[in-house]
Amino acid sequence: MPSKNKVPGAKVQFKANQYMVYLIFIVVLVFFAIWLGNSFFSMSNLMNITRQTGMISVMAVAMTFVIGSGQIDLSIGSIVALSSLMSAITLQKTDNIFLSVFVALLLGAAIGAINGFFITIVNIPSFLATLGMLSVIKGLAMWTTATKAIAIANTTFSNIFGMGLLFGVPIVLVWTLLSLAIGDFALRHLAYGKKVMAIGGNTTSAIYSGIKVRKLTTLVMTFSGVSAAMAGIMYSARMQTARYTYGEGDELSVIAAVVLGGTSMAGGSGNIIGAVVGSLLLGVINNGLIIGGLNVSQQMVVRGLIIILAVALSTIGNRKKSRS
Amino acid sequence: MSDHVLTLKGIRKSFGGVTVLNNVDFCLKRGSVHALVGGNGAGKSTLMKILTGVYFADAGTIAINDEVTEINSYSDARKNGIGIIFQELSLVPTLTVSENIFLNNEIKRGGVLDKKAMNQRTRELINSLGVDINVEEKIENLDVGYCQLIEIAKALSEKSLILVMDEPTASLSDKETEILFRIIRELKSKGVSIVYISHRMNEIFQIADEISVLWNGRIVASQPTGNYTMETLIHYMMGETNEKAMAWKVRTMPVGNQSILDVRNLTLRGKIDDISFSVREGEVVGLAGLMGSGRTEILECIFGKRRYDAGEIRINGDLTRFRSIDQAIKSGIALVPEDRRRQGLVLVHPLKDNVISTNYASVVKNGVIRANLVRQISERAISAFGIKTNGIQTRMLNLSGGNQQKVVIAKWMNIAPKILLMDEPTAGVDIGAKAEIIEIIRQFTSQGNAVVFVSSELSEMMAICDRIIVLSAGKISETFDHAQIHSEEVLQHAIQK
Repeated sequence: MPSKNKVPGAKVQFKANQYMVYLIFIVVLVFFAIWLGNSFFSMSNLMNITRQTGMISVMAVAMTFVIGSGQIDLSIGSIVALSSLMSAITLQKTDNIFLSVFVALLLGAAIGAINGFFITIVNIPSFLATLGMLSVIKGLAMWTTATKAIAIANTTFSNIFGMGLLFGVPIVLVWTLLSLAIGDFALRHLAYGKKVMAIGGNTTSAIYSGIKVRKLTTLVMTFSGVSAAMAGIMYSARMQTARYTYGEGDELSVIAAVVLGGTSMAGGSGNIIGAVVGSLLLGVINNGLIIGGLNVSQQMVVRGLIIILAVALSTIGNRKKSRS
Repeated sequence: MSDHVLTLKGIRKSFGGVTVLNNVDFCLKRGSVHALVGGNGAGKSTLMKILTGVYFADAGTIAINDEVTEINSYSDARKNGIGIIFQELSLVPTLTVSENIFLNNEIKRGGVLDKKAMNQRTRELINSLGVDINVEEKIENLDVGYCQLIEIAKALSEKSLILVMDEPTASLSDKETEILFRIIRELKSKGVSIVYISHRMNEIFQIADEISVLWNGRIVASQPTGNYTMETLIHYMMGETNEKAMAWKVRTMPVGNQSILDVRNLTLRGKIDDISFSVREGEVVGLAGLMGSGRTEILECIFGKRRYDAGEIRINGDLTRFRSIDQAIKSGIALVPEDRRRQGLVLVHPLKDNVISTNYASVVKNGVIRANLVRQISERAISAFGIKTNGIQTRMLNLSGGNQQKVVIAKWMNIAPKILLMDEPTAGVDIGAKAEIIEIIRQFTSQGNAVVFVSSELSEMMAICDRIIVLSAGKISETFDHAQIHSEEVLQHAIQK
C-alpha cells in the first residue's frame, strides 16, 4: 500500500535508514559464514577484508562530508592513482618517507581545493567539475609515468601504510579506525561538522546565518582530496608498487558505501560509522563471492544485485518510519 | 439535492495518540466562501489535507453533493472537483510559469507538447489576475508573492468545484489581495465554492459568507459572518481575548537620543533610490510599502547580503561597509528573513542545530561543541520565547509556522544583537504567536536596542513602530511619527499612493 501521507509537491528525499546497514551487514556476514564456513569466517580472512576495504573506508569518511554538504566528488579515484605514483617517485628519488607522504597529501589537497574553486567560485555543479577533474588527473597520472608501474623498495614505508601490524592489528585497520574517529568527532562535536550539514540541509539559510559557505565547501572538497591521497599511499604501500590503475572506479564504491551507511543524497545529514560499515559490507560481499568461486562476471552481477537489495531494504525501513 | 456542495461529518484524526481532529462537522454551501479559522495547531490544515486525500481520516464521512465519497489520494480529490492552493508553495522552481500551470495537465498536439497554446492560455490566466509576469520565466527567478498568484492561477486552470485556499494572502501585498478577492467573487458567481483559511481577520470579514472556528480539534462556532464581531471571533479562537496585544503600548524605556543605525543616501540601482533614515536606541522604525517597494533590499544592504551602489551605513556612528554577512553579525546586526522556510531555517534539522547556527562560538569550548551548552541554549530559547515543541531534538518541519518563526528569532537573539532587522516576521503566524512576537520586540527595545520592522500588516506596525517610513518604488514617500497615525486608513492611503 502506498504511503498516504505524502504531501504533494514535497521533495522526495532519498535516504537509507540509519541503522539498516548494520543489520544487513550482519545478515550478509552470517550468510557467507554458513555458506563458506571457515574459508570465509576465519580471523585471517576477516583481517584480510579489513585490509582490502581500508582505502574505501578512509575515502568514505571524507565523502560523507561531501555528500552531506550537498556535493559529490567523482575525482577521488584518479587522485588515488596520481598520489600513489607521486609518493612512489618521491620515495625512489629521496628515500624520505615523510617527504613522500607530504607530497602525496599536498597534491590531494591541491586537487581538492581546485575542485572547490570550480564549485564555489566558478559555480560549476560538483558532479561536472569533479567528472572533468577525474579525466584530467587520470590523464596526468598516465602521462607523467608513461603508464609504467613504479616499484617501492622502502619496506618501512610499506609497513607503516599497508602491510604492517600494530599490536597484532593490521595497520590498514588502524588507519581506517583513525580516520573514522576523526571524521565522527568532526561531524558530531565540531562546529565545522554542524556548519557543513547546515549548508547541505539548506544553503540559503546557511548563507543568511552568516556561515561562510564557499570557504567551507572548498574545505570539504580539500579534505576529500586529502583522503583520496591517503588511500593512494595505502594502496601503493600494500602492493609495494604504484600504478595508474589504482583507485579506478573507487568513487562509485565510496559513494555506495556512504549511501548504504544512511547518508542522504539530498544533503544535510551524515553518518560516518554507517559509511565505514557500508564500506566493510561491500568488502565482505566482494571477498565472499571470490571465495565462493564465482568468476569475475558472475561476481559483478551478484554484487550489483546485493547492493540494490540492500539499499531497497534500507529505504523500506525508512518509509515505514516516516508514515505518521 | 441540498444546497450543500460539501458535507464533512464526524471527522476524527489522531497522530500517534494525539487527537488532532475530534468529531468535526463542516458544511460548505454552493457558491459561497466559508472561512475556517483557528490558532496554529487547531487542526485547519489537517482537516483540509483529509479533504484533499493527503491524509486519511480515522472516522467520519465526506459527502460531495450529498453523495458519500471516498477520497484516498490527491487525484481522487481532483476527480471530485476539489482543488487546493497550498500554503507551502507546490511549484517546481526549475520549470517556467506555464510549465508549472500545465504540469501533469499538458496541452498536446499529436503527442507533442503544444508550448504555444500553453503559453497563450497561461498569459490569459495571469492577465485575468491583473498581473504582468513573463510566462516563460522560471519560478526560481520570481518573488514569493508572484509565486502565490501563479499558484492560484494553477488551481483556477484546473476548473474546480470546490477550491481550498490555505493562507492565500500570506505573501501578497494589499493590492494583490484585492485582485485575489475580485477573483474569488467572480468564482462565486460561477458557482464555485471556496474554503478560505486565513489568520487575517479583516480579510475574512471582507470575503467570507460563513465562518467556522476550530479550536483544539473541535468546531466551536459555525455561523454566517454577520453574526460575528472581531471581538467575538477572536474570543472563540483564543478561548480568552488578547486583542489588546495589537494596541500601542507606552515604552517602559523611552527612545534614546543616541542613533545606533544611520543610513544615508543608500542607493541600489533599480531597487532603492537615495534612502536616508536613522534608528535610535530603543526605537522601532517600520518600513511600509508594497511588495517590490525596496523594503527587503534595504534590510539586506544593512545586513551585508547585498552590495549597494552608493550611500553610507553607520553603526554607532562608525562607517561600515560589510562585505559579508558574518561581518554584519560581528557588529551585532541580525536579520529575521522574509521566508523562514527558505532563508531562516534548515527544516530537516532539529531545533537545537538551528538555534546555534548563528553563533557556534557560544557552544564551543576548547574547539569542541559541548552538548550541555547546546541543550542549555536551546532550552532557554524554548522557555524565553514560548516555543511549543516536543523537545530540542524535534525537527523544524514538524513545528507550526508560529513556532518555526520563534526559532528563527531565537537563533538571532543568540548573537545578542544591538540591531534587529525583521522582514515580515508574522507572515502566516496565528494571532496568539503574533502577539508574542510583538512582545518579544518590545522586550528587546526596552534594553536600548534598535529594530527595523518590515510588515504588510499595518495593524501590527501601528502597535509597535515609533516611526513608520512609507516606501514607494524604492523611494521614501512619507514618514509618520507614531502620534501622527490615527487610523490604519491613513497609512493604507499613503502606501497605495
